Formats: sequence, C-alpha cells, structure tokens
Amino acid sequence: MFKNVAELVEIANAKKCSISEMMIIQEMEMSGKTREEIFGQMERNLQVMEKAVERGLDGVHSKSGLTGGDAVLLKVYMEKGKSLSGNMILDAVSKAVATNEVNAAMGTICATPTAGSAGVVPGTLFAVKNTLNPTREQMVHFLFSAGAFGYIVANNASISGAAGGCQAEVGSASGMAAAAIVEMAGGTPEQCATAFAITLKNMLGLVCDPVAGLVEVPCVKRNAMGSANAMVAADMALAGIQSKIPCDEVIEAMHQIGQSMPSSLRETALGGLAQSKTALRLQKEIFGK
Amino acid sequence: MGKFKSVFDIIGPVMIGPSSSHTAGAARIGRVARNLFDREPKWVQIHLFGSFARTHKGHGTDEAIVGGLLDFDTDNQEIIRSLEISKERGIQIQFIEEEKDAEHPNTAKIVMGDDDGQIEVTGISIGGGNIEIIGLNGYELHISGEHSAILVLHHDRFGVIANVTNLLSKNRINIGQMEVARKEKGKISLMTIEVDHNISNELMKEISQLENVVNVTRIVN
Repeated sequence: MFKNVAELVEIANAKKCSISEMMIIQEMEMSGKTREEIFGQMERNLQVMEKAVERGLDGVHSKSGLTGGDAVLLKVYMEKGKSLSGNMILDAVSKAVATNEVNAAMGTICATPTAGSAGVVPGTLFAVKNTLNPTREQMVHFLFSAGAFGYIVANNASISGAAGGCQAEVGSASGMAAAAIVEMAGGTPEQCATAFAITLKNMLGLVCDPVAGLVEVPCVKRNAMGSANAMVAADMALAGIQSKIPCDEVIEAMHQIGQSMPSSLRETALGGLAQSKTALRLQKEIFGK
Repeated sequence: MGKFKSVFDIIGPVMIGPSSSHTAGAARIGRVARNLFDREPKWVQIHLFGSFARTHKGHGTDEAIVGGLLDFDTDNQEIIRSLEISKERGIQIQFIEEEKDAEHPNTAKIVMGDDDGQIEVTGISIGGGNIEIIGLNGYELHISGEHSAILVLHHDRFGVIANVTNLLSKNRINIGQMEVARKEKGKISLMTIEVDHNISNELMKEISQLENVVNVTRIVN
C-alpha cells in the first residue's frame, strides 16, 4: 500500500514493476477483484473516453452556448499543416477540448479525476498513441498510472475545485497525464514523479472561477492548456531534467494553497473571471438574473 | 489511508456532465438518500449549501439530485429529464438555497417523506463524484454509500450493540466498519454498520424486534 509518491516510486523500484502495475496490484488487494475484472472495468472507461473524443471532434455545443465547436476548429487548422506548436501537442489539445465540450453539453464522459478536468488524460493519451503505437493493454495501463498519482493527490490534498481551486482539478489531471505519458514512453518511475511535479508546479495557484457557475468558461480552455503542459513536462522529465522540489512536497504546497484560497475563488462563481463585466452579462443572458 | 480507496474513484465514474462534484456526486447523494428511505417519496425538500447553493443551476445539480432520488445512476441519460419525470409522478420538490455556509462547500440536506414517514439525509460531495453521507435524522455518521450497510437507531443502553452484532454473526455477515453516535448520553443512539453482504428483509425484521431498538434502515448494494 503506497501513501505518497516517494513510497510509490520506492516500492515500484524494489519490486521492479511499473507504476501502473502497482496501482493494479493495490486495487486487487483492496477490492478482492481479479486482475481481469479490474482491467475490464478500466477498458470500459477507455471506451467511454474514445466515444467522447469522437463526438466532440464531430462538433458539439452546450445548452448555454458558451462552449462548443473549438475542437473542430483545431482539427481543421491542423489539417492545413501550418501549426506552430506542432501537431502532437495540438492533437492532445483538440482531443482534450473535444472531451470537455461533450461534458459541457451534458454528454457522457469519464471523470479523470473530475468531470471539469476530464479532457486532459484522454486528450494526451490519444495524441501520443499515434507516435508511441501502444497496444490496447498499454493504453489501459496509461489510465492506471494516471490513476495512481490521482489517488495520492486525492488522499493527501484534494481533487475538488470547490475545496482546492482549479489547481486541484486541472492541475492534478495534468500531472496525472504527464506521469502516464512518461511511463508509456518508457521512462522510469522517478521520471514519472518528476513529470508530475514539474506539471503541478506550473499549475499552482490556479483558481476555480467558472463563468455563470458553468463548467465551460474557462474550464474547456484550461483543459487545453493542461494537456499542453503535461506533454511538455513529460518531455522535460524524459530529457533527464529533475525537480528540485520533490513531488510530495509540490502536492503538499498545492494543498496549502488550496486551504488559503478564499471561498470566492473555489467554484462559487463569486470571484475571478466569473465576476468580470462580460461574465456577469453572460450570466444574466443565460439565467435572466 | 484517506477517503479515496479505489483507482475508479479517480478514473471514473462514467457520468453525464458537466460536473463530477455538482452533477455525479449530487446524483449519488440523492440515490443513497433514496436507498435509505427505501421507496419513492411523495415530497422532497432539498437544502443546498456553499458552492452547491451558488452554482447548482449551471451544473445540473437539481436534475442530478432528483435523478438520484428516482434511483438513476450517474451515467443514466434520464437524469437530464428527472425534474419532468418527478412532476409526472406527482412528487413535490422544493429547492432551498441556504445563505449560511456548511462546513463542507458542497453540502446538500435532503428531507423527504410520504404518508408513512420522513427522513433527513445530509451528504457532502468531496470531489471526482465521490460522496460521504454525514447525517441521518440529525445523527452524525460517515459512510460512502458504496457498501451495504445497516443503520440502527436505538436506546443508549448496554448490550444493544452486542445483540445486533450477534444477529449479524449468526447470519454469517461480516462487518467492514462500524460507528456509534449519540446526541445525548442515555437517550437515543445511531449505530452504523457497513457489512459485506446485503441485509435481508427477515434480518431487518429480527433486528428491529430486538430490545431497545427504535428503528432500522439499510443501504442495499
């Protein structure tokens, strides 16, 4: 049983197994279920993610009209082959946006770790898939390694925007994605932890300030940037760059920042972008008050 | 370890958007309340606190809690139509946005009933669609609603707990976790027992007939 990232890495090294494998073993011990049952359940989650991305890339719009159609714009733009930040990153971004646009339209998604941050993990997974050519089994493993880090954050800090701000949601999701990319690309458990730390360090302080209280603006675009952040951090960790602040201490810092965040910046729509002039106008248009 | 026990608390649930805490978690709170009431209520008052009170309209929290009360799971598309469905079935529903904050930012207190009785369930949505039930009829408890459980309201006397656990033992039912809470010494207590198997109707009846037991409810999974 691992309680923090240091233990997770240490046990993985001692047992010579991957982070995803550690999560699978722990899940088997905790639930009493077989490996096949647990794998099957995660495979079904993967299918939900695939369908959500597909639907989002076809174009979907929310009831409020605040979000929708951006995944399609990115897809068309990429096809022209003139993107500046590179197609792999934009692929991740478009698929993250696709997922969150489906979520905003009250479609079916898989929370990873939350619904508002559901785009980052699948977005990056389906983008690196084209380059790393993983087997179906490796794709399921990706979700277990992401899950292992999310599990630690949820128990030691928070994954709720209402409790810890967006850093706890998209911040956690991005870190989870970065760690999972590193494992899929053949990195070590330490490099997974480093990728998580680098990602979350760059998400610290991010507040949860949804316009009109809807999981749309700025949530969809934060998923976009969260996935780009994860891709770059994964590359940095794979290049051998280290994090001066250990992963667990970054998580603790995130927790402390969340605790000291005023309630107006934690999913109450009483501060930040939610109180901008335009947000208040949009809120009035949508709800008539 | 903490409140999140499974990797599927993190990668999951599969759900209707847009918010895991305000939609999926809200639906789960409603569904556990329904499970505890054990039948469809005639009337419901839903008190919303904190972030729930401020942002419930945008997140479909209303539809989600009512969907849960109609026994819909987080991925059931019918959640979107739950307010209409409950109207068709003649369930009276009232939402109350509370001004004062509760301890947890996402708290809902559901009071519901029919001609035969009423129940008050308080739940918190702790992130990623995960919930905790923290109050039942004014008594404190801590259950996720994901496990089978039996909740026994009883006079605060010696031997009651032993009598209940004896019956469970006789029926070969293993206890995962248990908790006892009381408002005042010597008055009424709530015993919450999470168990590995569902409690049958017969056993419910047997427990309710034990000396000093006031009332028995259960969670079936």
